[in-house]
Amino acid sequence: MKTSILATGLSCIALAASAETPVLTVYAGDYFTSEWGPGPAIEAGFEAFCACDLQFSTGDLLPRLMLEGQRTQADVVIGLTTDVLARAREAGFFGPHGQDLAALTLPVAWPDDTFLPFNWGHTAFIYDTTRLTSPPATLAAMRDLPDGVTVVIQDPRTSISGLALVLWVKSVYGDQAGAFWSDLAPHILTVTKDWSESYGLFTSGEADMVLSYTTSPAYHIMAENDLSKQAALFPEGHYFMAETVGKIAGTDQPELADKFLAWVLTSEFQKTVPAANWSLPAALPQADWPEGWSDLPLPEKVLFLTEDAAEALRVEAVEEWRAALSQ
Amino acid sequence: MARGPVAVIGTGAAVCVAALVLLPLGAVLMRASTWPAFAPGDGQAVWFTLWQALVSAVVSCVLAVPVARALARRRFVGREVLITLMGAPFLLPTIVAVMGLIAVFGRSGLANQALAAVGVPPLSVYGAQGVILAHVFLNLPLAVRMVLQGWQAIPAERFRLAESLGFAPAQVTRHLEVPMLRAILPGAFAVIFVICLTSFAVALTLGGGPKATTVELAIYQAVRFDFDLGRAALLAGLQFALCALVAVLVWHVVTQAGFGAGLDRAPVLRAQGVGPLLADGLAIGGTAVFLLLPLGTIAVRGLPGLLELPDAVWAAAGRSVTVALASTGVTVATALALALRVSDARWGAGVIDAVALLPLATSGLVLGTGLFLLVQPWAAPSSLALPVTVAVNVAMSLPFVYRLLLPEARVLRADYGRLSESLGLQGISWLRLVAVPRLARPLGFGAGLAAALSMGDLGVIALFASDQTATLPLVVQRLMGAYRMDTAAGAALLLVVISFGLFWAFDWWGRRYATV
Repeated sequence: MKTSILATGLSCIALAASAETPVLTVYAGDYFTSEWGPGPAIEAGFEAFCACDLQFSTGDLLPRLMLEGQRTQADVVIGLTTDVLARAREAGFFGPHGQDLAALTLPVAWPDDTFLPFNWGHTAFIYDTTRLTSPPATLAAMRDLPDGVTVVIQDPRTSISGLALVLWVKSVYGDQAGAFWSDLAPHILTVTKDWSESYGLFTSGEADMVLSYTTSPAYHIMAENDLSKQAALFPEGHYFMAETVGKIAGTDQPELADKFLAWVLTSEFQKTVPAANWSLPAALPQADWPEGWSDLPLPEKVLFLTEDAAEALRVEAVEEWRAALSQ
Repeated sequence: MARGPVAVIGTGAAVCVAALVLLPLGAVLMRASTWPAFAPGDGQAVWFTLWQALVSAVVSCVLAVPVARALARRRFVGREVLITLMGAPFLLPTIVAVMGLIAVFGRSGLANQALAAVGVPPLSVYGAQGVILAHVFLNLPLAVRMVLQGWQAIPAERFRLAESLGFAPAQVTRHLEVPMLRAILPGAFAVIFVICLTSFAVALTLGGGPKATTVELAIYQAVRFDFDLGRAALLAGLQFALCALVAVLVWHVVTQAGFGAGLDRAPVLRAQGVGPLLADGLAIGGTAVFLLLPLGTIAVRGLPGLLELPDAVWAAAGRSVTVALASTGVTVATALALALRVSDARWGAGVIDAVALLPLATSGLVLGTGLFLLVQPWAAPSSLALPVTVAVNVAMSLPFVYRLLLPEARVLRADYGRLSESLGLQGISWLRLVAVPRLARPLGFGAGLAAALSMGDLGVIALFASDQTATLPLVVQRLMGAYRMDTAAGAALLLVVISFGLFWAFDWWGRRYATV
């Protein structure tokens, strides 16, 4: 307790000292500001020219905004994923981003005037070539996996990647999604609360395949020099996911917020995305991607449900999943 | 004997605990925009939650009896160390525990490798059996310690008397051990049942999928994903109701053993013959392997990463220790006040007993959300992250410490109440000369538990935490989220080592002080 009182006191002094420098408060996802996340580079890069103090505030994004309502301290929110945008938009906290979207290099159309994508990727099943020599070549082949091949996935009720998976299956199979889940069920080793537990089970050798992202092999290749982790690419297409930035409508730092949003689309910012987020840059031609990234195998077909379509299917798709896996 | 002040402080503490738990729930309910309703699957979730908690608690308690008895009546080299180490699984953060269990019992775990070596087809841990296995792994240590304490609290003179009266083993059991178990087991059962009631990540991962959906998972979904606060409050209320039901049942089942005071000589339990020796060896050996093997795999997995931990991990570890120590101080003081108040058996003791169990049934997430709503009009929640964490840790560890203290506090009242009164011992001197020395063992053990549990907490911090306030469990999670599984395993091992170190230090103090 004493230390926290001391810490509060010290931070008050620090605040008073920097009173003249305007502060841009950016709410960011939990992974953002650790020394191995993208936050430190973003902060240093922006503060180099903004004449301001960028302060990240990490944690749950949407729940926190909803709880705070109009009282929120946030000027900008970074890290909202595509599948929660409908609810974020409906809550009405965000104003137009006002940026020119011509610089975007996404594989899908992005007419959104509120949320600005800064990275993207697709869901994919990752396997280990040393353990699975003949991986499924199509999504349909996932229904007919050899005996003993196990998959670990995330729960769509608690995890954003798990939700993307059920939407992926739903957008390929429609009414037959339930049957897909029944066929896959015997191979689902288990379902975890979030991505990291699943991925831990996969890397420790417990499961043969894991639901993750097409960009996951990049981490193993670039950070660990391990070429054995690969994404199984399917001709049916892979579900698109992006992380976005949004400006709070009632921000007291509108100019700084605009400056930040404009900066997100610059190549300087975009070049830091791959290695810091382990995902693809949203506004950078493939030729300019950092070394090694252009060689990463990516699917040809991209599936993406519009916000309204995804929201309309969400409850039904999750319930089909739950019912099929509860048998 | 300090009846007045103790009663007032105890009642005050109960009011504070009730407020800490119920006000946030109320705040969440007030904020809900729609009238809550149950969803499809809720019935199944409630049913699964109840039966897995019931089976887990029964199995833990039943297994604890032979293990505790074996530990109570055998002396061997390393016994003290083994007893302390066997407490460790209870202190593991759930995600670490799950990884350790899977390394042993998983598809490619040690157990299946051993089975394969003798040609037996592999067994699957995923399913209801895995949920029970995990819950027994996590809670058997607690049950063993509670029951062992019961055995140690039977005065040696009663065993001597039984011996001189020529009691057969069955008669010793009937007249000494069963009454002790009737006093201890219902409380142990209640605590474990309620812990398992609020389990979520363990149940889902080892349960193998949505079949193993618990009410707590539905709460998590409602708060974090659907932002349906009404539903979260409804489900949290349901958990409260189930917990209250168990608290009431236990209150009526529990009896006092009434052994009277002894001279504090070391208890003499004798068991002659090869049969009991084999049985005790099996109980102790089997439990040690079951509990220590997963711990060993966690250590092996974490060691390489431990050597190159980033600075952020050490900073977070320092923060976590500070939070844990602050939480421990407040928890122990509150639990002592509550236990002394309830053991007084005055008006309202039953209600206070239920209040002391209440925080266990609370969803950490709903508590955190409610506190966020309560704090927010007055201060920026992120500036209060650590104090709020302390408050929640206190609420979450209080029921355990209280449960440990209560039976001994009752014995203290029965055995030393009149003597203290006739000597005019009161207030601080009574606490110093009578209460604390007599209760040192459960106080030390309870403080150790509180410290270790506070190290492992993760439930509420996500809403409040900023970089400067990230605790060690949060950093472990962030490392895993950034693919750094090896570093995460190292940080997790550090977490386990610190938790266990704190636990050991307090527990050692308690046992040491008790023998003085």
